[in-house]
Amino acid sequence: MIDEGTELSVTIAQIVQRLKGTHLHSQLEREAKECLHRPEIKLESLKEDVRNFLKESGWERKLQNAVYRELNILSPPGHPTAPPEHIKEPLVYMRKAQANWEKRILKSLNSMCTELGVPLARKRPVPEQKEMTNKWNEMGTDEPDLSRFRPVYAPKDFLEVLIGLQNPNQESCDEPSARSHWGLIQVPLNVPDISQLREAYPELDLTTSQLGIDDHTNVPPDLFEYEHIRIGRKVLSEQDSAAAQQYSRQGCPTGLRAQLWALILNATNEPEDIAHYEQLKAGVIHHDLLVDNLIYKDVKLTASNDDYYFVFEDFLYQVLLCFSRDTAVLEHFNYNSATPPKSCVHGKSGAEKVAVVYPPNGLIPFHGFSMYVAPLCFLYNEPSKLYSVFREMYVRYFFRLHSISSSPSGIVSLCLQFERLLQTHLPQLFYHLREIGAQPLRIAFKWMVRAFSGYLCTDQLLLLWDRILGYDSLEIVAVLAAAVFAFRAENLMEVTSLASAEAVLADLSTLKVMPLLQIFLFATVI
Amino acid sequence: MNANPVECTVKSPVALQIGDTVSDSFRPGVYIIDITLEEAVNIQEISFKNYYTAFVTMRLQQRQAGSKENHAKWVTCLRNHRLMANPHTEAGSQDYFSIYRQQMLTEPDQVTSLRLILRQPSSVWLDFSLEEIKIYSCISEDSDKDVPAWLSTLTPIQEPLDLKGLPDPETVSSSIQQMWALTELMQSSQKSASIGRFDVDGCYDINLLSYT
Repeated sequence: MIDEGTELSVTIAQIVQRLKGTHLHSQLEREAKECLHRPEIKLESLKEDVRNFLKESGWERKLQNAVYRELNILSPPGHPTAPPEHIKEPLVYMRKAQANWEKRILKSLNSMCTELGVPLARKRPVPEQKEMTNKWNEMGTDEPDLSRFRPVYAPKDFLEVLIGLQNPNQESCDEPSARSHWGLIQVPLNVPDISQLREAYPELDLTTSQLGIDDHTNVPPDLFEYEHIRIGRKVLSEQDSAAAQQYSRQGCPTGLRAQLWALILNATNEPEDIAHYEQLKAGVIHHDLLVDNLIYKDVKLTASNDDYYFVFEDFLYQVLLCFSRDTAVLEHFNYNSATPPKSCVHGKSGAEKVAVVYPPNGLIPFHGFSMYVAPLCFLYNEPSKLYSVFREMYVRYFFRLHSISSSPSGIVSLCLQFERLLQTHLPQLFYHLREIGAQPLRIAFKWMVRAFSGYLCTDQLLLLWDRILGYDSLEIVAVLAAAVFAFRAENLMEVTSLASAEAVLADLSTLKVMPLLQIFLFATVI
Repeated sequence: MNANPVECTVKSPVALQIGDTVSDSFRPGVYIIDITLEEAVNIQEISFKNYYTAFVTMRLQQRQAGSKENHAKWVTCLRNHRLMANPHTEAGSQDYFSIYRQQMLTEPDQVTSLRLILRQPSSVWLDFSLEEIKIYSCISEDSDKDVPAWLSTLTPIQEPLDLKGLPDPETVSSSIQQMWALTELMQSSQKSASIGRFDVDGCYDINLLSYT
């Protein structure tokens, strides 16, 4: 019988299975064995004493954090007869749309590869490997000829696919009716309205203090800031992931943010993580992939041209090239509606072909992908730590921004939410923009796909990402997009073309994120 | 859960609407699916895949004990069970569901036929129904798949055990510790952590991606 007790047992069994064989498991076993030498462990109460020891030495907390991480990633136990693709994405037409989109990308990559005569992957000859090792820390100084390469796709191509998404079982009427939606997204997903958002984000209330508003220079710091920092230090000393996540909802102080994010994501920098990173680095040195050139091109086009991020060019290569080689990322395809591309490799022994995933992490980078990593470079200066945090953020949040799914944090839901919020609360603006041929989503899409990275100035962006981590959802990105339109509504009402609308919204670097969100969520008249 | 569903005939959905089904342009909001069972069954579970149905009501016809000549009575065992959280939006529209006998209003014993009444009040959808309907009967007490009670205490999932006159599992397990140690060894050697190498014997030369 499927009731709460059985569901709980199934979840516990799944998490136990996932944590078995991890480094934490062997560390716990070793600690438990070694603590037997301690005088306070008595034979009669062995189980209790060992448990108490693990609790006091902080190991139970580490296990708690690991379980919390698994709970966040684990999709709810589905029906026993549901096939695995149903867990990735329950709606059939979305699965089809994602499969067609992936096929287009594969065709594009294959044709680029045959046109240029460059193999998708090859082993580097030894002198080239030596050269790669030598210039590992300064790959930015290289100026390879990338003019022949072009990005496989850009966000606007993806937007066209999302606009074309249609449920075959849905009634589509062209005449405007009470139910008509003015925006571009046609699928009827459930998105929260402002009253539901107010209940979901109470910590952003007008009466609650937070960083981004109450740490402004004209607010005395002992009103909120000092106390908040003190609590932040306490959370870090307790090393509790769940508490850090709750804390982050009111913003993370700049000095503590790096540690808090690593704690929330349970991204460690133990020797095993450093060893894993070195293994990936060896993978980069031994094999040359076509996607490496796509990454180079992307970094040169986006991050290197950005005033805030050009200094981190070398870090970006070090992280992204290793990211492409990381097979641990393949796990996230269990709950991602996307499927990794495959190819065949001839095994050394005989002519039999072995199916492999290409690239090893299953992800083909698109134009702007490096902007997911760039803001993190402000927080972490060790490549292996930066890598751990980025990988965890990607498999929890960023993958949803470029795959077609019905998930509430998926890009389709975010687009629909943005359009609904705009139509409900700024109908005049929406109608005006629609009439002049400037559909608001066409302007806001590029912000949402990158979670505003590269559009806001860095300290504001990090405050936004604090809330993404704190609420474990990307919904806030859609709310911010609507809030930006609300803020610039007066100027937008006067424009007469898409180009001038884009010009009004071209520069977001002066915006303050938290006041905009707070006013839009809590000061809008319903 | 019994692995094999019982044999049953599922008729195609019949719309309930006033007027001519062919000429009227209104779409029905109620469908009826009739299921007849080959023999009277004690139902344990009914599972199905939803296709845009918002509410389902289930009525069953049970064979009355003793009186064979009477018409069997129809009873409602599930009333307006919600499948879609919001009938206008996609959540739950294509999900798999199971209804267990514990959720039903009456004991579904000796059931000869079932009637599923599907409702979809929203005008957003063109069509709705239920697919892959399977009915599972109760597992009988003396099935030969039964395992001795002491073996069942060796499973890794720690469910609360309902001991009815059986010996305490702790004492039993301490006396068969060898067996337990072996099974633990087997379980601990099955890891879910991956090795991490992407190449095949050091070779990773790829020229084209496959489309399938």
